[in-house]
Amino acid sequence: MSEFVTISTSGRAPVRELAVISGKGGTGKTSIVASFAALSRNSVLADCDVDAADLHLVLEPHVVRRNEFTGGNRARIKHGHCNACRKCEELCRFDAIFFDGPGNGLVEKTFRVDPIACEGCGVCAWFCAEQAIDFSPVVNGEWFISDTRCGPMVHARLGVAQENSGKLVSTVRTAAKRIAEERGLDLVIIDGSPGIGCPVIASITAAHLVLAVSEPTLSGLHDLERVAALTRHFRIPALVCINKWDLNPEICSRIEVWACEHGLGLAGRVRYDRAVTAAQVKGRAVVECQQNGCAEDIRSVWKNVAAHLQTNKTEDANLRIRMPDLRDSR
Amino acid sequence: MMKITVASGKGGTGKTTIATNLAYLAAQNGRKVAYIDCDVEEPNGHLFLKPLIASSKLIGRLHPRVDEDRCTHCGPCGEICQYSAIVCVGEKVLVHPELCHACGGCVLVCQPGAITEVLRDCGTLEAGNAGEVRFVHGVLNIGEAMSTPLVQQVKAAAPEADLVIIDSPPGTSCPVIESVRGADLVLLVTEPTPFGLHDLTLAVGMVRALKLSLGVVVNRAGSGDNRTREYCQREGIEILSEIPDDRHIAEAYSRGLLAAETVPAFRTALEPLLARFSEDDAS
Repeated sequence: MSEFVTISTSGRAPVRELAVISGKGGTGKTSIVASFAALSRNSVLADCDVDAADLHLVLEPHVVRRNEFTGGNRARIKHGHCNACRKCEELCRFDAIFFDGPGNGLVEKTFRVDPIACEGCGVCAWFCAEQAIDFSPVVNGEWFISDTRCGPMVHARLGVAQENSGKLVSTVRTAAKRIAEERGLDLVIIDGSPGIGCPVIASITAAHLVLAVSEPTLSGLHDLERVAALTRHFRIPALVCINKWDLNPEICSRIEVWACEHGLGLAGRVRYDRAVTAAQVKGRAVVECQQNGCAEDIRSVWKNVAAHLQTNKTEDANLRIRMPDLRDSR
Repeated sequence: MMKITVASGKGGTGKTTIATNLAYLAAQNGRKVAYIDCDVEEPNGHLFLKPLIASSKLIGRLHPRVDEDRCTHCGPCGEICQYSAIVCVGEKVLVHPELCHACGGCVLVCQPGAITEVLRDCGTLEAGNAGEVRFVHGVLNIGEAMSTPLVQQVKAAAPEADLVIIDSPPGTSCPVIESVRGADLVLLVTEPTPFGLHDLTLAVGMVRALKLSLGVVVNRAGSGDNRTREYCQREGIEILSEIPDDRHIAEAYSRGLLAAETVPAFRTALEPLLARFSEDDAS
């Protein structure tokens, strides 16, 4: 009973997560997210494009906390202990073992692990009879909690040629959500990565709404079809926004019709405007630089997205209101 | 044979435009060309090259299957697995195929011999011809998290050719590393904007870590600022081509057309690259 009372008296809806993705790269996700950040006054930004994070170039974060990221373990052969028995090479399925390590008095050459090819499975270490393989956690990235002029932001940097971006995305998302809860902010805006694989899945699972940013090209349409299949697969409601729509109005309409027929909502169109690049060069979101042109379009898209998040929130609230009824009837 | 991977840190810089048009032009020049689309999450090369697909096959990935009758719930399978793909909880062994990296560890440590490996479809591999260009691409199944194994299969299916052009996914993570590994030259496509430059520096870091040779193609030249050129100069990276910021190229792209066929300025911009490939081949 007491637990329920706490929720209802706090009167605060749970933190919502909006994931902005695109399938195809370079459609303008980050520029739109930066503008959303400037337009929203109650959100935490989560740059989940950990592979090629760019949001910080516009939001100029002041890093408050820096954290090491460990994605998993890596194998390393202790050359002094290796007797060149070949077991590791025989068992490794990732072609990560090479016979070109330094000699050690026992054998002329030893085995070596290529850290980039190593998948971190640990099979070699498990089966090494000489216990010559060290298998321990490696730091393969960093993540940051920062303050920006548009509110708190969580972002990350994956080390060069490192893996497990999905785990880093989850780390960033979890931290952003926690900050929102602590500071009483009600929205996390996630800047996702291109594609439909591991980091994208980690960016959208259990999010409340996906905004798919598309462009009026056949590639844009083709990639949106795959993004829509993905959001359907994970049962997440999705809206579509077509950026640079006037580059090809005919294909733009085709995408919108396709979207409607396949259960996606329309968030609006954003016109092609060189002001976007100009703003980026200045390190600003385009809505911070001008009122008209594409800035006007992005405002309208934001309004639609915010309204959609609001509607869903009411549904949640209704759900909570219904709960005491259930209890009373018992 | 020369193998070129077209890659970029940032998405949407023009990888597919460059890769498909290069394949088309090189084939026109009488070379035996293969175009390999390794962007299995969002493959788009077929929209431009319009290949006739001659073969299509499902690609499987291994994951463990546990024979409940033999399983003694002893636990080492769950201990060796680094990915939580097989978990031993009390009297139950749970398998999560989508998390499995197919290292084979669980099979090796299973004393009662209760674990075998079975295949599960993760995508489709298709091959055919687009005029004189030999075409291969992979299409990842929706909801499949790991694309690298399919990228490996796509690369392995590259047909015999003088010039192999690999279209990589964007970014710098696992599937990209797999796409560029073994390339004779990595072409990094960028645009002269702050985002483009930042992601270029990441991609350069990746290519250098893999100890491969690289060159830069600046797309939409003249649209942003001069910092990309300054960066390349400072780092001693050769800019192999600059493609003008031309609306006609964007329009051809939007319709799925090869810009080299319709925009002469684009064709001219790619010529230094083609010349470069013949030189490198001769040497």
